[in-house]
Amino acid sequence: MKPRSKRLVLVGVGVALLVGAAALVLNAFQQNLVFFHTPTEVAAGKAPTGRTFRIGGLVEVGSVQREPDGVTVRFAVTDTAKTIPVSYQGTLPDLFKEGKGAVVQGRLEADGTFRASEVLAKHDENYMPPEAAHAVEQAHKAGATVKP
Amino acid sequence: MSRPDRGPSILRFAAPQNFYPLAGRLAPWFAGAAALLTLAGLWLSFFVAPTDATQGEVYRVIFIHVPAAWMSMFVYLVMAFWSAVGLVMNTRLSFLMSQALAPTGAMFCVVALWTGALWGKPTWGTYWVWDARLTSQALLLFLYLGFIALTRAIEDPRRADRAGAIIALVGAVNVPVIYFSVKWWNTLHQGASVSLTKAPSMATTMLAGMLVMAVAAWAYTLAVVLWRVRPMILERERHTEWVGAELMREALRQGGRA
Repeated sequence: MKPRSKRLVLVGVGVALLVGAAALVLNAFQQNLVFFHTPTEVAAGKAPTGRTFRIGGLVEVGSVQREPDGVTVRFAVTDTAKTIPVSYQGTLPDLFKEGKGAVVQGRLEADGTFRASEVLAKHDENYMPPEAAHAVEQAHKAGATVKP
Repeated sequence: MSRPDRGPSILRFAAPQNFYPLAGRLAPWFAGAAALLTLAGLWLSFFVAPTDATQGEVYRVIFIHVPAAWMSMFVYLVMAFWSAVGLVMNTRLSFLMSQALAPTGAMFCVVALWTGALWGKPTWGTYWVWDARLTSQALLLFLYLGFIALTRAIEDPRRADRAGAIIALVGAVNVPVIYFSVKWWNTLHQGASVSLTKAPSMATTMLAGMLVMAVAAWAYTLAVVLWRVRPMILERERHTEWVGAELMREALRQGGRA
């Protein structure tokens, strides 16, 4: 074997081993690399108990309520299969909206509500001008009326 | 040793004495293209592209953020490629190319992280979170800085080349992790709006602005790297005859102009 081909094999094997090792490590850390849990995972008991964690999903339409004290907000986070009620005291990000994505950090109380310490808005990958967004919304509404 | 003028093959430019003048001739063209494309891209981005429905004007950071982030990943892959070529073929120029790329890659990485933070505050409600996308991108910056520090710290250029090449190859594993992190795990960072496998999920003029800016980033990188590699070649080859002749010619040209 020429020294050049030998080095090619060495580099190739080295990189292949490295990729394998990285894949194993990432696979092992799968749980810890998750930034948030979905309400379905929480309902299935897959979320950590006794410490803070994050839940992510859509803010359920019509669920946002402000308490009379002026600082507490209640809303529900849903992944359309399961829903978790959330209570939060603090300012909400500008993009926080019903029907839009949000990631909430906090602790699950015994009564099943999620006491949030931080609320982040999650943006989706769609970028469109307001007119297009309006058209999509109209189409969505038209579709919704057809459905039972 | 090297056979500079053997055949019309493009491989003859692997020889430093042939690549040096080629780089000098190409760099101004890429620089010109970069300037024109940046102007066109910024005009599209700020005057043609419409306001985003949910984010308003703040979304316009993507015209800088996304090309910079793409470039930071791509430059690292090119660095790893030249490092592998250098290790396998023992070519002098390959290592210099990867070392000339590193500062530009690091710069784009900083730009991506910085603009991302500025966008994150009004959009998400935070400058920084430790999700998989942001963390792996931060790791990329440390890999760039580690590569630069290591290659500068080792005195013997041959050993510096090899050590840097190994960091570049090891770190390349991180690049697909960055790219696919938004797919593999739940992250706060949104998924890709533009990819090769599906139709882009953004308005056409927005996409055009972003793509023109991306091509501008390519042209800029080519120009800067070609300029940066030239003095590196001269320094590395300073004991050879051709560098002596080149410096003589340069001195004559300067003298003639004065």
